[in-house]
Amino acid sequence: MTTTTEKVIAKAPPKPVLQLGDRIFAGSAKGAGILILVVLAGVAAFLIAQAMPAIVASPADLPGGKTLVAYIAPLVFGTILAALIALLIATPLAVAVALFITHYAPRRLAQGLGYLIDLLAAVPSIVYGLWGVAVLAPATLGLSTWLNTYLGWLPFFAGPVSVTGRTMLVVGVTLAVMILPIITAVAREVFLQTPKLHEEAALALGATRWEMIRMAVLPFGRSGIISGAMLGLGRALGETMAVAIILSASGAVTFNLISSDNPSTIAGNIALQFPDSTGLAVNTLIASGLVLFVITLLVNALARYIINRRREFSGAN
Amino acid sequence: MSIDTERQQSGAEVTAPPVPSLVRAELPTWAPWAVLGGSFVVIGALLAATGGFSIGMLVVASAVVYAVATYVLSRVVEGGRKAADRLVTIVVTLAFLIALAPLVSVVVTVVGNGLARFDVEFFNSSMRGVIGAGGGGYHAIVGTLIITALAAVMSIPVGLLTAVYLVEYGKGRLARAITFFVDVMTGIPSIVAGLFAFALFALFFGPGVRLGFAGSVALSVLMIPVVVRATEEMLKIVPNELREAAFALGTPKWRTIMKVVIPTSIAGIASGVTLAIARVIGETAPLLIVAGLTTGLNFNPFEGRMATLPVFAYTSYAAPGVPREPYLDRAWTAALVLIIIVLVLNLVARLIARLFAPKTR
Repeated sequence: MTTTTEKVIAKAPPKPVLQLGDRIFAGSAKGAGILILVVLAGVAAFLIAQAMPAIVASPADLPGGKTLVAYIAPLVFGTILAALIALLIATPLAVAVALFITHYAPRRLAQGLGYLIDLLAAVPSIVYGLWGVAVLAPATLGLSTWLNTYLGWLPFFAGPVSVTGRTMLVVGVTLAVMILPIITAVAREVFLQTPKLHEEAALALGATRWEMIRMAVLPFGRSGIISGAMLGLGRALGETMAVAIILSASGAVTFNLISSDNPSTIAGNIALQFPDSTGLAVNTLIASGLVLFVITLLVNALARYIINRRREFSGAN
Repeated sequence: MSIDTERQQSGAEVTAPPVPSLVRAELPTWAPWAVLGGSFVVIGALLAATGGFSIGMLVVASAVVYAVATYVLSRVVEGGRKAADRLVTIVVTLAFLIALAPLVSVVVTVVGNGLARFDVEFFNSSMRGVIGAGGGGYHAIVGTLIITALAAVMSIPVGLLTAVYLVEYGKGRLARAITFFVDVMTGIPSIVAGLFAFALFALFFGPGVRLGFAGSVALSVLMIPVVVRATEEMLKIVPNELREAAFALGTPKWRTIMKVVIPTSIAGIASGVTLAIARVIGETAPLLIVAGLTTGLNFNPFEGRMATLPVFAYTSYAAPGVPREPYLDRAWTAALVLIIIVLVLNLVARLIARLFAPKTR
């Protein structure tokens, strides 16, 4: 008996009635989705097409007379260095801020504070850049000198200390300020979604607030924290204006964070050079942009992989 | 139970077994405040004595002393678990204050520097023929509004429809691919989007192309994934019961989506879209590359260079003329105007969200 019913179902699945409106709506929704894929493919294709002349050109014709790899490698180093500093500073701070808003702040204030952070995520990068060079750079002079005096044996603080404060350290801190609201926003969303029953169960067993957070909130929000951090990393890697305005770049490859001799970043270099470039120099810059694109793509793909794997094992969903 | 064992044991050595208490000793509610005040006074006195008094040092050192003192005190009186809890509370609160400090500083700096030229002239004159003082950002404001509006017109429908597809229709490989690539697009650096628009338009208009519309294309590459993500999240949290109820009444799927799903989530969608606009309206890098800068008004995004506020602020600050001050002042005012626009957009989003929110009770 069961076999026959199964057979019938398998043979003639009931066809859903599709109205014209349904078809148009579904079709346009699908079309929009496909359009996104086309646009992304277009981004890659056009960048490759415009980068080609620089890739095939002889090194003598490129700006600086170096090979393309020798031109881009220091920029990649600077990009990753700045982004990592920002991420190291911002992530713990952002998680703490998100915890404060969701679990520590007085209920009545919490929504307003969350709103404040939302606002700050929207402050344009150019504004952070201006602030970084006008306020933060002079303000860190004392700190840089102190770091150089007492921690000068570390390669990061070897000096000589920059007199303008337009250093990698300031860029990293500015980028951290910029990505902090992004990571916070994501982490906050996830923390708020922690099942209330888990939290109440932990508290009912006698856990303090911190133990409750450690046992219920943080495990639940781990993938959210990672995805927020990756979003922040993506923005820090590609952040242009803050770097272009603040950093006094010489193209050196160095871990020294407080001197005036800094590696530039891909994005900052493009912003500084592009408006005045013509011919093969433009193609070279686009080639470096392609490298940046590939890096961010890899970072994002890795983040997705981590998040998806965690989601599979997480009992919460 | 385990909490009391220590106490019981220590009590047992001294006298006869005491009545087991169910609560541990607790710090009185005024104790943390007393410690906070105490650390301020002690550090202040120490700094004043050594002559190195500064507000920054006072705040930082007091915070550290406060955290340590509270932890030690609580550990002695209340035990390790409670002490850890108190310490984390302090650390988390401090983190919030630290995070807020630069942000307050940004606003104070921009308002303080930007007010100098926040006058009528800034809003009704362009930079045409202006050298030194005077002039304004009217052309840049117009350019920013036009370019962002075009970008929004292109991105919002595509973003909304894609999100609807992903949540309501999407099953299988195509949906997974779109989800993945939307995530990838979220991470596209703004400057790469600018290079893409440049490469695209350079094919048609030659290598020196600078167009307002190209700027819009670059911005919508950045905006679409943000709209998709925000809308998707909002559509996902619409309870399935609502959809099932509509289906059970015989409503076709597209009307269910239009009349039930989207109205339920419109508040969140509106705020997400507005945040997306607020994000791209301040983008500098792509516009620097494809929209360029001009000193005069340009209302036509399909013809010639177009000034925008962020690029105007950047070039005024990074490459000022002589004398420098008027240029720097204009840069700060442009930044101030940008911040105000972003603020207003956020307030509008809140308002829309409040007005269109589904009546839940």
